[in-house]
Amino acid sequence: MSKKLIKGNVALAEAAVRAGCQAYFGYPITPQTELLEHMAIRMPELGRTFLQAESEVAAINMVYGAASSGVRAMTSSSGPGISLMQEGLSYIVGSEVPVVIIDVMRGGPGLGNIQPAQSDYNQLTKTAGHGDYNPIVLAPSTIQEGVDMVTLSFDLADKYRTLVFVAIDGAIGQMMEPAEMPPMQELHPRPEWAITGQGERNEKNIITSIYLGADNLGDFNDKLQAKLRAIEESEVRYEAETVDDAELIVVAFGTSGRVAKSAVHHLRKAGKKVGLLRPITLWPFPSKKLAALADGGTKKFLVVEMNMGQMLHDVRYAVGRDIDVQFFGRAGGSIPMPEEIQEKAMAMLEVN
Amino acid sequence: METSIVVSGFGGQGVLFAGQVLAYTGMDHGKEVTWIPSYGPEMRGGTANCTVIISDEEIGAPLVSRPSIVLALNLPSFEKYEPMAASGGLMIINSSIVNACSERDDIDLVYLPASDIARKFGSIKMMNMAILGALAGKRPLFPLSDIFESLEAHLPKSKHHLLDANHKVMQAGFDEAVKG
Repeated sequence: MSKKLIKGNVALAEAAVRAGCQAYFGYPITPQTELLEHMAIRMPELGRTFLQAESEVAAINMVYGAASSGVRAMTSSSGPGISLMQEGLSYIVGSEVPVVIIDVMRGGPGLGNIQPAQSDYNQLTKTAGHGDYNPIVLAPSTIQEGVDMVTLSFDLADKYRTLVFVAIDGAIGQMMEPAEMPPMQELHPRPEWAITGQGERNEKNIITSIYLGADNLGDFNDKLQAKLRAIEESEVRYEAETVDDAELIVVAFGTSGRVAKSAVHHLRKAGKKVGLLRPITLWPFPSKKLAALADGGTKKFLVVEMNMGQMLHDVRYAVGRDIDVQFFGRAGGSIPMPEEIQEKAMAMLEVN
Repeated sequence: METSIVVSGFGGQGVLFAGQVLAYTGMDHGKEVTWIPSYGPEMRGGTANCTVIISDEEIGAPLVSRPSIVLALNLPSFEKYEPMAASGGLMIINSSIVNACSERDDIDLVYLPASDIARKFGSIKMMNMAILGALAGKRPLFPLSDIFESLEAHLPKSKHHLLDANHKVMQAGFDEAVKG
């Protein structure tokens, strides 16, 4: 199949259609609006459900309902909209319903602006609703990887019956790159747990996140944690480049990750022993890989983000206190330039 | 080899589309490409720009601080990007509406009366194609025929009646740049 020059938001939407998404509910917000727009065209064409809800609160609860009926369901938004969805996110995880959400991140806090940022890292990986859990968070850095991650997100959501975010920022949403689309999948059969009417079954299927007894809820939390540990064991994804002999490793994801890659290539050409570790899953985080790199002799890590230092804390926690971990970040809608990362890395390398 | 191109002008001048034509041309001829627009609360007459990168290798950063080629379609774009163009780079200026000169002696400067060329050979709306023609004349990035083929391949069929005029404007831009 041939590659097509395509805008990030449109590519991710089409990937969701091809993954067999049967129901999309959403509310417009820049910089993700083309995603919703593409769904508004494609879903009715295929006889599937597209509905523009009255708010993000309504949209996430519609997604919760549709997913409970066993169809692949999703929404997409940006920071302020994700904030409004918090209650629904927690109910979805508490009910073990598979849901995919694409977050096209913008500058915050508050209404902030619509320029690219990675301001939702903490929100997605740690505080996406009340209770004890982490959703899976996939952070592609190119449009092709975004397409592949959307396909994967539906499979992971189904496999673990959980919430999966695909997190990009406004830059990847708005830019165009050549990408190859996956083939159209057959619609998936509804799983056995889905609410489809009791029919021939002996027992009712119930989807709920309420466990009124302390024992009941304790047991459910144990089960949930066991599932999360299994995800941590099996689903960590990252890209590592020239890390084996690296004195300094740049850690960055998404758009920062690809800018950091340019910087690392440039520094390598200049003979500097520098590597790149680009987390693709923000949760589960590649903590073990980072710890192994620190144990293997890399004593300097430079974390680059389009925020004021969120993933930074996960890197520090992974590598331990004896390692020099520094940060370069921009918040409010600026994309860092490779030269700025090179400068910061050089300054770190010069210190013994 | 990596070439970075900034196309900048007023909203409505075909800035984003001109950039897309270059990205399509690169992709169609086996290059890695990225196209990224400035975006925000846009309006007709406001400023618009996009950055296109064409490379033999995987592209990391989609933006550059020192573009190797600047296509400045109006005065604010000239003023913003003239100091940023990389040394040894190229700047093509729509001199029909930009009444300014650069003092820089380390870049190639082409003052192309692109709006006048477009009006003469097609329509004022094709000014962006005159600029692309001049680019092909000044840099061996792509031959003019490659750009035109990609325009034809990716322009919606409903606009194909405009191809001839676009071709003429592009050729005139090319000729003017080569001659100049």
